[in-house]
Amino acid sequence: MQEWLERHIPKMVLAPSFVAILIFVYGFIGWTAWVSLTRSRLLPKYEIEGLIQYDRLFASPRWDTAMGNLFIFGTLFIVIAIVLGLLIAILLDQKIRTEGVLRTIYLYPMALSMIVTGTAWKWIMNPGLGIEAMVRSWGFENFTFDWVIDPDKAIYAVVIAAVWQASGFVMALFLAGLRSVDGEIIKAAQVDGIPTYRIYSAIILPSMAPIFLSAFIVLAHLAIKSFDLVIALTGGGPGYSTDLPATYMYAMAFSRGDIGQAASSAMVMMAVVFAIVVPYLYSELRAKHD
Amino acid sequence: MTDITLSPAHAQDQGRNWGRIALRWLLFIALGIFALFYLMPLFVMVTTSLKSLEEIRTGSLVAFPREVTFEAWRTAWSGACTGIQCEGLRPYFWNSVMLAVPAVLISTFLGAVNGYVIAQWRFKGANLIFSLMLFGCFIPFQVVLLPMAVLLGWMGIAGTIPGLIFVHVIYGIGFTTLFFRNYYVTIPQELVKAAKVDGAGFFRIFWSIFLPLSLPIIVVTVIWQFTQIWNDFLFGVSFSQAGTQPVTVALNNIVNSTTGVKEYNVDMAAAIIAALPTLIVYAVAGKYFIRGLTAGSVKG
Amino acid sequence: MAPILDIKNLYKNYGPVEVLKDINVAIEPGDFLVLVGPSGCGKSTLLNCIAGLEDITSGTISIDGRDMTHVSPKDRDIAMVFQSYALYPTMSVAKNITFGMKVRGVDAATQAEKLEKVAGQLQIEPLLNRRPGQLSGGQRQRVAMGRALVRDPKLFLFDEPLSNLDAKLRVEMRSEIKKLHHNLGATMVYVTHDQIEAMTLATKIVVMKGGIVQQIGSPAEIYNHPANLFVADFMGSPAMNLIPARAKKNGDGTKIEIARSNGAPLVLTDHHATDLPEDVILGLRPEDIAEAGFRAGEDVQEAECLIDMVEPAGADTYVVSELGGKQVTARLHAETKAQAGVPLDLAFDLAKVSYFEPGTGERLN
Repeated sequence: MQEWLERHIPKMVLAPSFVAILIFVYGFIGWTAWVSLTRSRLLPKYEIEGLIQYDRLFASPRWDTAMGNLFIFGTLFIVIAIVLGLLIAILLDQKIRTEGVLRTIYLYPMALSMIVTGTAWKWIMNPGLGIEAMVRSWGFENFTFDWVIDPDKAIYAVVIAAVWQASGFVMALFLAGLRSVDGEIIKAAQVDGIPTYRIYSAIILPSMAPIFLSAFIVLAHLAIKSFDLVIALTGGGPGYSTDLPATYMYAMAFSRGDIGQAASSAMVMMAVVFAIVVPYLYSELRAKHD
Repeated sequence: MTDITLSPAHAQDQGRNWGRIALRWLLFIALGIFALFYLMPLFVMVTTSLKSLEEIRTGSLVAFPREVTFEAWRTAWSGACTGIQCEGLRPYFWNSVMLAVPAVLISTFLGAVNGYVIAQWRFKGANLIFSLMLFGCFIPFQVVLLPMAVLLGWMGIAGTIPGLIFVHVIYGIGFTTLFFRNYYVTIPQELVKAAKVDGAGFFRIFWSIFLPLSLPIIVVTVIWQFTQIWNDFLFGVSFSQAGTQPVTVALNNIVNSTTGVKEYNVDMAAAIIAALPTLIVYAVAGKYFIRGLTAGSVKG
Repeated sequence: MAPILDIKNLYKNYGPVEVLKDINVAIEPGDFLVLVGPSGCGKSTLLNCIAGLEDITSGTISIDGRDMTHVSPKDRDIAMVFQSYALYPTMSVAKNITFGMKVRGVDAATQAEKLEKVAGQLQIEPLLNRRPGQLSGGQRQRVAMGRALVRDPKLFLFDEPLSNLDAKLRVEMRSEIKKLHHNLGATMVYVTHDQIEAMTLATKIVVMKGGIVQQIGSPAEIYNHPANLFVADFMGSPAMNLIPARAKKNGDGTKIEIARSNGAPLVLTDHHATDLPEDVILGLRPEDIAEAGFRAGEDVQEAECLIDMVEPAGADTYVVSELGGKQVTARLHAETKAQAGVPLDLAFDLAKVSYFEPGTGERLN
């Protein structure tokens, strides 16, 4: 008996967490998938009706806007954050004495809640008293910066705040990558008389391909899950011009009482995440087994 | 990285040297501008929170306060309105504390034990279990919101702090397990073997050998979990009710409450209060914070 | 005397892969058993099985007459020294050594007494309060030994304990382990891939390959009478010369003919070997080929060979000549006048010769 116990303790210890994950991740995904096939409204129903919720979803102009916003927001956010993060990382990598302080400054937004970030930028970008008013008070009377209240531009305001929050993190990733490049290769290139910018473009950056991938995955994941920032900065508005799939889902689930729509939009979100993350995770796990 | 020393003896080199110095200045200026970009919102938040509403309306966004007043802070802490209640952030701040502390401790402990099993007591299927857990870190939580709401209702803990703790623990396990697993997997398996020959069992080995080794990863995990849970909004707004809301939800309610005059100084003070705990953690243990961030993204 | 360790018909599979096949080994108290073989041969797995750190698929393991097949490591009365030493990083040296006793609930006075004794034996008293991270490789090695010694077990198990040390330290520690074995009269099972370690330490050697025992015997038996081509090639450095040859019965002896690409075949006559098949592999160690005139005996036969290469190695000089399509090494005295490209008379000591069947690799004589 004691023998048996000794042998099976590790499994028994892991079991509760494993069961919890099975139920609360996989079981719940299954539940949502199931409900997304029903006519659930205020309360979940369990009679499968087919793909009507998805038909409704793809016919909804609001969902269209949300997906379009996700595409614009995601693309801009990822590209700008990576470019900015990489640029700052390279600049910081030039033996700067104050590197520690600067790094701390660039990265602190990552410690903030997106609600705080949204609140701060909402204030900064508000046309009446924020940047617009400030620049006008400098004498540029016609200056306008009213993106937060302009339905066509509000999503770009979200991009600004999101880049501000996450680019420091990308910088940290790249800085760590730059530091792990083999110093001897760089010395060899210097001895060969290769100019610094060529060393970066031909040797260092290509060797950091995995970090680009990591940064992309993390940012894409952040973009798809982005919810708090939009809620705090624009509340999804004006109108629903800054809706993202995450805010759409939330609105359907908790204010519109349309559980079927909420479930189907959540499933589409998950499909998008999976399309990005699964190949990455798979290759990571494969690499580890070899 | 480029460490080329130039001899100033030749006039030509002298010229290049000046070029280098100019380049260096350009570098500092660029870094300075970026620093301003990142610092500006914090600066604006702090100065705005110290101004009176009158000064905000008349002064510039980036000006220092002419007259420092802590009135807005007082209001934000104990008087601002979240909808109909006007108790400030204080009760919600304590909600967040009472929520974050147990959730962090429980999820960290579970992660440590799970990581120990997966990394050091490999058994058939352990890797599959780990992959399944890892995967759980990546799902958009929207996909579990509805069933979780139903379940919390069944369990009778809907809208309560224990309910929120439960949710945060469940969805934190994946990351905490990942952290500890990746840390323990670098420890040679012979250590467990030696301890087994010495007569120690599963828990004894964990307690006497692995836990004392784990301080750095415990710090990383605690900071990561604390930041995640403190800053969470989605679970907070979905699974709480009036009175049990965490601070992020209360902040959003204060800022977006439509009654009365818009008090920007109070909004900013409230935002700083909500951000303070994680900012302090970052200031004190930034190194570990960054390690958590990079460990969470670059799966080793 | 009853065997202290008795392994019978041991099989171990990882899924469909058989990593250990029908292992049968028994040793007496006081033996020093060395398991040797190339990496992946299953020697460390076998040691882990003896320790109870890995389950076996079938067979039995008995220690001192007790069936230990399904007994957990802590109850097998063994101690083990690991390749990485596996010292507990957060414990001082003293705590490392006494941890096992603490777990077993030995009283503090006994712990202190045993610690003192072992620390004296290994001369690690000044290190007792340090952490493993503050020790050199050699010191860690001693602490790991101390942790094993303090147990006073029936069986000491060593898993490549010297492979992480530099060459000089390795030789020192090797003789120290040998001394320890002698002084304690303890029984030891020792895994290594280093055949010199095996030769110098063992009272009994098990040569393994692919999970199968190739030969069990004393170092002298293994060295002089290798059971097959693998053992012949693996044990000894430089390796045994394995030369393809043709055997022809000739009166009461056998004529051995070895082809040479650069001249007439070399012909030797073995007066003892009989019943050899026509194709054989002839095995002769480098030291059994000498310069003519430096080796005497009734089975010594001399022949002229073209020297291809000369390698002085200080105490000896090795010369290489092509025989039977193989580079054959002979170990000559240091002052030899041998020159590359010049023929030299070599003396072949046929009293030491081994013959192998080319197909199966099995020994013939």
